[in-house]
Amino acid sequence: MTIAYSELLGRTRERDRSLREKVTSLEAAAALVADGASVGIGGSTLSRTPLAMIWALIRAGRRDLHCVRSISSSEGELLFAAGASRHLLTSWFSLGIVWGVSRIMRAYVESGRARFEEWSHLAIGMRFRAGAMGVPFLPMRSMLGSDVIAQLPDTRVIDCPFTGDKLVLVPALNPDVALIHVQRCDAFGNAQIDGLPFMDLDLALAANRVILTTERIVSNDQIRRWPDHTKIPFFAVDAVVEVPFGAAPHECYGLYEPLFRHLDGYAAQLKPDAEAGIRDYLERYFYGPKSWAEYLELLGLEDLLDAARRGASIYDD
Amino acid sequence: MTSGAAAYSASELLAVMSARLLRDGQTVFAGVGIPLLAATLAQRLHGPGLTILFEGGTIGAFVEPGKLPPSTNEQRCTRRANMVLGSTDVLLLLQRGYVDVGFMGGAQIDQYGNLNSSSIGGGNGRPATRLPGTGGGNDIASLTQMIVAMKHEKRRFVERVDFVTSPGFLKGGDSRREAGLVAGGMYRVVTDLGLFGFEESSKRMTLLALHPGATVAQVQENTSFAVAVAADLSVTEPPTENELAVLRHLDPDRLYTA
Repeated sequence: MTIAYSELLGRTRERDRSLREKVTSLEAAAALVADGASVGIGGSTLSRTPLAMIWALIRAGRRDLHCVRSISSSEGELLFAAGASRHLLTSWFSLGIVWGVSRIMRAYVESGRARFEEWSHLAIGMRFRAGAMGVPFLPMRSMLGSDVIAQLPDTRVIDCPFTGDKLVLVPALNPDVALIHVQRCDAFGNAQIDGLPFMDLDLALAANRVILTTERIVSNDQIRRWPDHTKIPFFAVDAVVEVPFGAAPHECYGLYEPLFRHLDGYAAQLKPDAEAGIRDYLERYFYGPKSWAEYLELLGLEDLLDAARRGASIYDD
Repeated sequence: MTSGAAAYSASELLAVMSARLLRDGQTVFAGVGIPLLAATLAQRLHGPGLTILFEGGTIGAFVEPGKLPPSTNEQRCTRRANMVLGSTDVLLLLQRGYVDVGFMGGAQIDQYGNLNSSSIGGGNGRPATRLPGTGGGNDIASLTQMIVAMKHEKRRFVERVDFVTSPGFLKGGDSRREAGLVAGGMYRVVTDLGLFGFEESSKRMTLLALHPGATVAQVQENTSFAVAVAADLSVTEPPTENELAVLRHLDPDRLYTA
């Protein structure tokens, strides 16, 4: 995913970065992601996961996506189990501490059917930042002396030319496409993010194409009222899809918390036989529904409303 | 486990004992689970000015009772925080030197305080058992002084970890510094049997104090390497009713202290 600067600039020049409306459907946006593409996934763990877009990519039968995410949860399990990805670069991969170690991650990685490429959390952040800065690498001071770095041929340890300090150089990541879910954006792609931004600002600028899913499309006037809330500029964005509850059953800050009951059920379904359990889950929630609205119906109004009530409570005093 | 009137579980003992190590006014970078809970407990007991950082990007969290997060990346981590920022930037605060203490758990630890949360047997390429991985653990352990809280079991306290996910003192002596890790290092390990530090020159794990009812023999029995014992070995005070009451108020569903 580290590409020559001339190629990076070339790919950026080729994009239509004019001020134009980019609103499209999940299905049309999925067509922008080719088999084998490198895909940066926004959010972290159970937060602002671009789940609707992943849902659409799995339904479209994408294969061999080389995925990168700061920290991965059930979306990583689903990408492996659906055959959409066999390579996930991340720092931590399991559903969440209360549910224990991911059985799907273990089954796929231990059998060699998929690869979990482990970098430290900061290293992934520095790689996206280098990508966003248009430089081929950045130096950092963690990972030294560990077996994490020993497994990563794509790093260098150098003596700093100014101080002599030992530093790790990590290469830029410029994914083919970034999938990022936000609370609101306008039709041009000016995106506002509430709460924790994770690595999404760097990821958006590093990627060679950005697909935004958003809880709500708002007017450009509304964006301009609070420009300090805008975290991703329109010219970095290639497609905008309005998807209410687009991260469910994960959370979207201030709007809904994780659907804990659903996630408990998902974990329980995978307990006796993880692979059969997740196949049934994919069948029911990913391949079965005709639309995102039907998917939300399956999640259930009661759980969605409960998650929304808890989500809004972050603003209570 | 029973001591006087107060009965408590091993995880509760871990949370209380490690909370006592945190001082008011410090800045602590806490992982999810017992570290998050113990840091929050310390805030409620003796450290209202304890600043808690989470790798999801939170500075100055006050996690609410009964609303413990499933990781350090959800909105409930930001409750009453002073600031939210990107995860890369919050991790860079470690590198810049703004964090007094890092605090986390681990699946496996060795005599030099190296932690493994990546894989058991066979290396990361094709491990016998793949674990969830470092997250920010490697960054925290590489860049700041560390407290580790974990259950004391023979298979967890090993002579040499299968995989160094988060560096302690590596091979002991000066090897950590020689690897280029010039800041931080292991400070304390808290288990359900006792409290451990690291000998100054060899950097070997040393038993500093036993928890009430635990014995040196019991510690040795549950440890795969020879345990060094401090000359002035002491015994910790058992968890008080108040410490346990506040802890149970924070985690009424026993999400982290089951």
